[in-house]
Amino acid sequence: MHSNGRRDRWASGVTPYAEMGYFDADYEPKDSDILAAFRITPQPGVDPVEAAAAVAGESSTATWTVVWTDRLTPHEHYQAKAYRVDPVPGVEGQYLAYIAYDIDLFEEGSIANLTSSIIGNVFGFKALKALRLEDMRIPPHYVKTFQGPPHGIVMEREYLDKFGRPLLGATTKPKLGLSAKNYSRVVYEALRGGLDFTKDDENINSQPFMRWRDRYLYAMEAVQRASAATGEVKGHYMNVTAATMEDMYERAEFARDIGSVIVMVDLTVGYTALQSMSKWARRNGVLLHLHRAGHGTFTRQKTHGVSFRVLAKWCRMLGVDHIHAGTVVGKLEGDPNAVRGYYEVCRARHSEADPQLGLYFEQDWASLPGVMPVASGGIHAGQMHQLLHYLGEDAVLQFGGGTIGHPMGIAAGATANRVAVEAMIQARNEGRDYYAEGPDILAQAAKGCPQLDAALDVWKDITFEFESTDTPDVVVTPTLS
Amino acid sequence: MRVTQGTFSYLPDFTDDQIAAQLRYSLRNGWAIMVEHTDDPHPRNALWEMWAQPQFDLTEHDVDVAMADVRAAREALPNAYVKVVAYDRSLGRQTSKLSFIVSRPPEEPGFRLDRQEGPDRQVRYTLHSYATEQPPGERYR
Repeated sequence: MHSNGRRDRWASGVTPYAEMGYFDADYEPKDSDILAAFRITPQPGVDPVEAAAAVAGESSTATWTVVWTDRLTPHEHYQAKAYRVDPVPGVEGQYLAYIAYDIDLFEEGSIANLTSSIIGNVFGFKALKALRLEDMRIPPHYVKTFQGPPHGIVMEREYLDKFGRPLLGATTKPKLGLSAKNYSRVVYEALRGGLDFTKDDENINSQPFMRWRDRYLYAMEAVQRASAATGEVKGHYMNVTAATMEDMYERAEFARDIGSVIVMVDLTVGYTALQSMSKWARRNGVLLHLHRAGHGTFTRQKTHGVSFRVLAKWCRMLGVDHIHAGTVVGKLEGDPNAVRGYYEVCRARHSEADPQLGLYFEQDWASLPGVMPVASGGIHAGQMHQLLHYLGEDAVLQFGGGTIGHPMGIAAGATANRVAVEAMIQARNEGRDYYAEGPDILAQAAKGCPQLDAALDVWKDITFEFESTDTPDVVVTPTLS
Repeated sequence: MRVTQGTFSYLPDFTDDQIAAQLRYSLRNGWAIMVEHTDDPHPRNALWEMWAQPQFDLTEHDVDVAMADVRAAREALPNAYVKVVAYDRSLGRQTSKLSFIVSRPPEEPGFRLDRQEGPDRQVRYTLHSYATEQPPGERYR
């Protein structure tokens, strides 16, 4: 590829990125390098290797023209290097570019800094029609500069004293318009009926119909009443999302002072604010739930944006205890294999690369605690065998409509979900093929539980089967050379 | 009321065969078995009394040994809560993996919610176990 007649590397003017050192097919990534896999769609006529080199350049040291001041630095060290470019199997015009970044390019413990490089300018680059960050390998050297989840799965379970089954939750509905007292009615009924958590929705912050302080006070009355009625620890995710950090701290401190075990925050507040809330949550012993509001704007389309698996990695590093990660069977986007990959990113200690699950790299989490994935959106008790099969035990299953819409009332809806999950865990542990026998197991449990019987009846035919827009590409093809 | 702590409290109380099936599953996974009891089921009571030392060395063929612990605790403590805890020592887990109540007092008086009204409509809540109004050893009688 390098012609003998190529121009001097330091001549003023424009030189192809690949010739400036941003592509190196012989480069062997160091254990401490941060690796990224990008899906690139070059403009017509743009060589994929040059496009990959351009991504490496624009996400590290390069600008559009040669600058002599590079020579004041050991630039080879700081330049990101595209080291492999593969065509995407079965798709015209798309390539997977693997790029290595030296760890020195990134500030320790800062997702804001990491993302400013990796997804900073480069996504608007004209030579590309589209660009997607598919996955990243974060080396232990960099992982160890983060503390991760304020509590993590193990500490959360011990704190709640709940083991051996998925946790259950519900989002209060309607999400907008309820007064504080009416809102707390939903919280109380759902918790006393058998759920572990209820939740503010992402867009319930502090509107004219219900200010945050009133909501928190009434919700806490509901939480405590339900705890007294059951002898269990209960929680309501109090959404502290607000316009400024000062407002968020004020709300979080109030939630802590009145005894809430958990607060929540929306992804829309930004990485720095999330990381600040993470530190606050660790300091104050309050669990931190993250609602991924807005992620679909950049995670959903396969050719452009950032895969959710990358976002989940960032959120595990910056540190949240819960993150919404898909349901497979519910109303929101989620290919089964891709969602399994997301759950792996949240919970595993160590993962091998697995193209089936969309995991492009091996990942060692260096003992960073796991994040509890949350499944929410269009799920109901009749799917319990599928939910357990796809999502496993360390997850929060949130049945909003599937609790509040129950024909016998909210508490009955909660009881139906709790009986369904306990019956399914019992059957699984007894060695039954619970996935195949799921409907029978639920029907059997419903004989002693009219609430479950009614739930199975009202939602028996509800499924959401649409083709996923985001699926892993599983065929491995040889490297372009 | 019914204290609904534990993995299976919303199901009908387990028979001995059903308890044994959960023990078998736990032992097959290599988990240790602990039997714990209390007469104060407050949700923040994290330290129930240990009936015996944890059984670390059982295999799935030793369900009877674990079951004997369960039976002994249940018979000796008819007025207490008794639970089985399966403990997973594996790296990164190092906590309980399953925890379910296997017997409970005949009457469960439950909890009173005490409220201390403060300024600005804030309320301090305290959960009071009715059972603890009696000294240990005299509860649930």
